[in-house]
Amino acid sequence: MANITVHINGVPQTLDVEPRLLLVHLIRENLNLTGTHVGCDTSSCGACTVLMDGRSVKSCTVYAVQANGKEVTTIEGLAHAGQLHPLQEGFKEEHGLQCGFCTPGMIMRCVDLLERNPNPTEEEIRWGISGNLCRCTGYNNIVKAVEYAAQKMQAAEVPAETVA
Amino acid sequence: MIPQAFHYEAPTNLEGAIALLQKYGSDAKIMSGGHSLIPMMKLRLATPEHVIDISGIQGLEYIHEEGGALKIGALTKEVALEESSLINDKYPLIADATKMIADPSVRNLATVGGNLAHGDAANDHPAVMLALRASVVAAGPNGDREIPIDDFFLGFFTTALEADEILTEIRIPIPPAHSGGAYLKMERKVGDYATAATAVQLSLDADGKCAQIGIGLTNVSAAPMRASRSEDLLRGQVLTEELIQEAAKMAAQDCDPNPDLRGSIAYKRSIVKTYTARAIHKALERAGA
Repeated sequence: MANITVHINGVPQTLDVEPRLLLVHLIRENLNLTGTHVGCDTSSCGACTVLMDGRSVKSCTVYAVQANGKEVTTIEGLAHAGQLHPLQEGFKEEHGLQCGFCTPGMIMRCVDLLERNPNPTEEEIRWGISGNLCRCTGYNNIVKAVEYAAQKMQAAEVPAETVA
Repeated sequence: MIPQAFHYEAPTNLEGAIALLQKYGSDAKIMSGGHSLIPMMKLRLATPEHVIDISGIQGLEYIHEEGGALKIGALTKEVALEESSLINDKYPLIADATKMIADPSVRNLATVGGNLAHGDAANDHPAVMLALRASVVAAGPNGDREIPIDDFFLGFFTTALEADEILTEIRIPIPPAHSGGAYLKMERKVGDYATAATAVQLSLDADGKCAQIGIGLTNVSAAPMRASRSEDLLRGQVLTEELIQEAAKMAAQDCDPNPDLRGSIAYKRSIVKTYTARAIHKALERAGA
């Protein structure tokens, strides 16, 4: 067993784990955060995507011990004080989901995407989510949802010259 | 899928990692990003008793030119190559290939060193490094040794790394003026291994002749392979359409693909032929021909 401390959604969690425990199972089974899904279990579909130190990773292909000392953010960590994250709001407003299975992973991937590229083109969004599979929507509304969030997040950043 | 149980160590320096390799020998596997090793462990194709996680070792993540070579630290993540202005401006072959490796989330963890040390002919960097005539640095108990890339891939998932050695750096000769490169990969979907892919790096002399050329092929042989006969045909020549087509045909003849879900032998040879010709054209264009 290995003793690890992982900061999940800002809260330090110290646990004894088997080294072979996958991060996605730590999240779902040890911590009961079931918003992160297991899809293909082969790092193909992206349903298990979470942020590790701010970057999207497929948690079915990371051992929990690799997250020792790191910050992990799951879909449960995005909304604050009842206020949805702009990406969550975008997926709701633009009908970016049908069955919802891919949605948490899709959103976590897009948090990283918008962090690095706040104003992506449609092509950059499609390229950016190329490792996340959705079998319902045909992706069009997902792209619109990400565009919605990008606009909202940019509008929230008050340009310096307008500050009195 | 649950991997077989293993013992995990995360040394914080290279000496510590090498000492662990000396202690455990072939029962140990080195892990950096884990994106080649973990899938194999989940399928139980790999069942190491000890996993030595080197991702916490400082000082092995860098991309810079020094002493006539581009040096890439083995723990450099694919995403760092993708975002590097040096790579994007000056090394189009690497830039092309990196974008085609797996998907963005995998590239956030996967490392260049791991992609090579895994010794998998289906990975993309081996063909790229063959085309660029790179070398790799292996650190072991007796210090470092530099291994030319042509001596590195010995066979199916087999490299020249000894059981107590760790790949620490990749060295690529800085291309002369009038050089260009390109990587063309046929994949069924994002994240898949190549059905076939071709890496080309070439440079032109003052007369516009091909002074040097490297051609590497992905996933069409047991070990990553160089299309030597094609290179020999083109070196020293003005690259006419006829010569390019002949070189592409040779590459298709010389590779040794397996039939699988990605296609038959004939299909894969056909892709090699078409992509080799196209990659040479693209490299020529980028060399300013």
